[in-house]
Amino acid sequence: QVRLAVPVAVVFAPGSVPGDLPRPLPFRDVEEMEISVNVRTSVTSQYEMVYRGTTAQEEAALDAATAREADAALHPLQDSSLGSLTVYVVPETSSLLPQGISVYVGKHRSALVRAGGGLAALRMRLRQLTQVMSFTASSIASVLSDRVPDGQLGPDTRRHLKSSLGYEITFSLLNPDPKSHAVHWDIEDAVNRYVQPVLDKLSLVANFSVDSQILYYAVLGVTPRFDKESSSFLLSAHSLPHVINPVEARLGSSAASLYPVLNFLLYVPERSHSPLYIQDKDGAPVNTNAFHSPRWGGIMVYNVEAPASPQASLPLHVDVDMVRVMEVFLAQLRLLFGLSREELPPEFLLESPGNEGLADWELDRLLWAHTMENIATVSTTLTSLAQLLDKIGNIVIKDDVASEVYQAVASAQNAVAELAVGHLHLAFQASKKAVTSSERAFFDPSLLHLLYFPDDQKFAIYIPLFLPMAVPILLSLAKIVRETRQRKKEPTKMD
Amino acid sequence: SHIVLMLADDMACNPRNPKPATVFSHKNMELNVYGDDVEVDYRSYEVTVENFLRVLTGRIPPSTPRSKRLLSDDRSNILIYMTGHGGNGFLKFQDSEEITNVELADAFEQMWQKRRYNELLFIIDTCQGASMYERFYSPNIMALASSQVGEDSLSHQPDLGIGVHLMDRYTFYVLEFLEEIHPASQTNMNDLFQVCPKSLCVSTPGHRTDLFQRDPQNVLITDFFGSVRKVEITTETISLNRDLAGFESKLPRDEAATEPLKYAEQLPVAQIIHQKPKQKDWHPPGGFILGLWALIIMVFFKTYGIKHMKHIF
Repeated sequence: QVRLAVPVAVVFAPGSVPGDLPRPLPFRDVEEMEISVNVRTSVTSQYEMVYRGTTAQEEAALDAATAREADAALHPLQDSSLGSLTVYVVPETSSLLPQGISVYVGKHRSALVRAGGGLAALRMRLRQLTQVMSFTASSIASVLSDRVPDGQLGPDTRRHLKSSLGYEITFSLLNPDPKSHAVHWDIEDAVNRYVQPVLDKLSLVANFSVDSQILYYAVLGVTPRFDKESSSFLLSAHSLPHVINPVEARLGSSAASLYPVLNFLLYVPERSHSPLYIQDKDGAPVNTNAFHSPRWGGIMVYNVEAPASPQASLPLHVDVDMVRVMEVFLAQLRLLFGLSREELPPEFLLESPGNEGLADWELDRLLWAHTMENIATVSTTLTSLAQLLDKIGNIVIKDDVASEVYQAVASAQNAVAELAVGHLHLAFQASKKAVTSSERAFFDPSLLHLLYFPDDQKFAIYIPLFLPMAVPILLSLAKIVRETRQRKKEPTKMD
Repeated sequence: SHIVLMLADDMACNPRNPKPATVFSHKNMELNVYGDDVEVDYRSYEVTVENFLRVLTGRIPPSTPRSKRLLSDDRSNILIYMTGHGGNGFLKFQDSEEITNVELADAFEQMWQKRRYNELLFIIDTCQGASMYERFYSPNIMALASSQVGEDSLSHQPDLGIGVHLMDRYTFYVLEFLEEIHPASQTNMNDLFQVCPKSLCVSTPGHRTDLFQRDPQNVLITDFFGSVRKVEITTETISLNRDLAGFESKLPRDEAATEPLKYAEQLPVAQIIHQKPKQKDWHPPGGFILGLWALIIMVFFKTYGIKHMKHIF
């Protein structure tokens, strides 16, 4: 059984200690929660809480004017290993947190909680906080989704990108009307400035490779409707699913790598269909003018303003505002990975991660989910490999396949052990190694099971071969037996 | 794209084809099924049972390109369509091989174990096609066949100009049915089961839905055809700091300029040409052969007497 240990440090600023603490500070406590996946599988989450008072340096940092400055000052004072959390409890009257906000989550691995309401209220806040910052029961259950009995998970749970060793990101500019628009986008600069920092942050999770292309005369498969009131063209929400397939045939992908490809398309509509807006289900235009498809990528529509004078020379020179575009694409990238900031408990305030794209605790969330997914995948793969070998007895296991299997088992056990102690980084690395080995063992080309011979085919082939040969042998054997029997009788006769 | 096509591919450019590079579904030459967007991934001698099973199970040599692989995951719906000559429990590949229904069922079970599909639709158009789906035992598989066990599937019409029949009846009527489906259509699987009744097809098409978890009434045709995706409107954005003072440009990792390789250096042709053939290890004959020979020799000498041996040696 898997145990997920999360080290949490709860630091009380002076004036914020609740009156009903069970023991004087500092003390340790362990809270366990069982996440039951199915009848036989369950995962235990163990929060190792350390309650203590602030040090002088932390107090000085908490004297800052705003929560953001306090967070920045506290960052070097924390233990910020992957997977750990630090919670600072500030007095109820503190001005660090704005009115109406009880919890502030910073961009690293710490949060500020307003005291008040005693220990029970604090415990509730801490539980909500750990659910936001590390993992929830449903996020763990959804990565183990193939073990959950059907019907218990919602239909949308398996839409985040599967854990993989690498991803390929392709940015494509679609220009269906080059006669009217000469579109230029400085994608290389945008990738270096805005995309690369996010990918660097995610480099712990997987390898990323980025490429870009421009496609001319690539049209959307759907004709937009003209709306007289707004004198613009509208793409309704229910026609969006049909947009991707016609375009996808024209998008290339690298022939060499097998990593999943994430496509981000920027579509500049034709002059005759400008401006083009995407409508959501209620009929209102979407402010990002973009939509995404789980496990595939995203599409954004970039409208070019009509020229001031109707006699402007075509094609119009268009310089794409890459910041606006990258804000949407990077948000879509986060959503594809499953990092959403939409459902929050009330009175929570999340700090924006800025150009890094994601906060440290969001990276931790990804790592928890991916580590569990990797471990589950390894066990399923090796079990089915063992079942295959049970069924087909004459498959030969080569030595390197055997060594991959041993390594996968050892790495998976290592990962589970590290998870139980709370070393998320080491657990993730071990789980990645385990998955690589198990996939290499399972998909080894030599394991193709031999062709199946039904019994009647076996008779049909061997009988015409052996029956004519066997007839004289059997007759001779019968003759030998008869002769030996006669010889045995003869001595008695001769005598 | 997302289609893996395995074709013997000897028809379109056959010397007997009066309109080369076309394959029409009917002699009125309306629909060219070998059109511009047909990509054949495995052709002629590459179409073997082994390659087919490798594609399905994923046990492919690492040098295979992306287009020849089935890169599916646990949310992919897969459509498998097979046609050709077949019989009770098998399908012919290339006049020299067969794939049996048991192998196919085992391959699908391997795919299910590794969660390589969410739902699978299997359509087969051969004689006695229903025998091919009898042995499936993995969940989420729906199967259609053009004829029951003991029946032959018939072809549609000959083109007397070429001298061959152009298409099978079941495939022809399924194609006609699908040409009218557009991506937004709400037609469900029950309509697909009704395609080609006995009056048109002469054979009785069959289907199998017991392994499928959803009711076929609720399964849209576009779940398997037309690649309709689930999409979500993007409502969140992040805010980027536009002016990054003093940002360092990332230098590309491989700074050292490597000389571009000439073609001959990339492919070690000299090594390949002069490679000695690998020596196969000699194994002594196995037990059965040895026993058989021993029996034959023993019987021979018992019957004819041992004294004849000296005449032989």
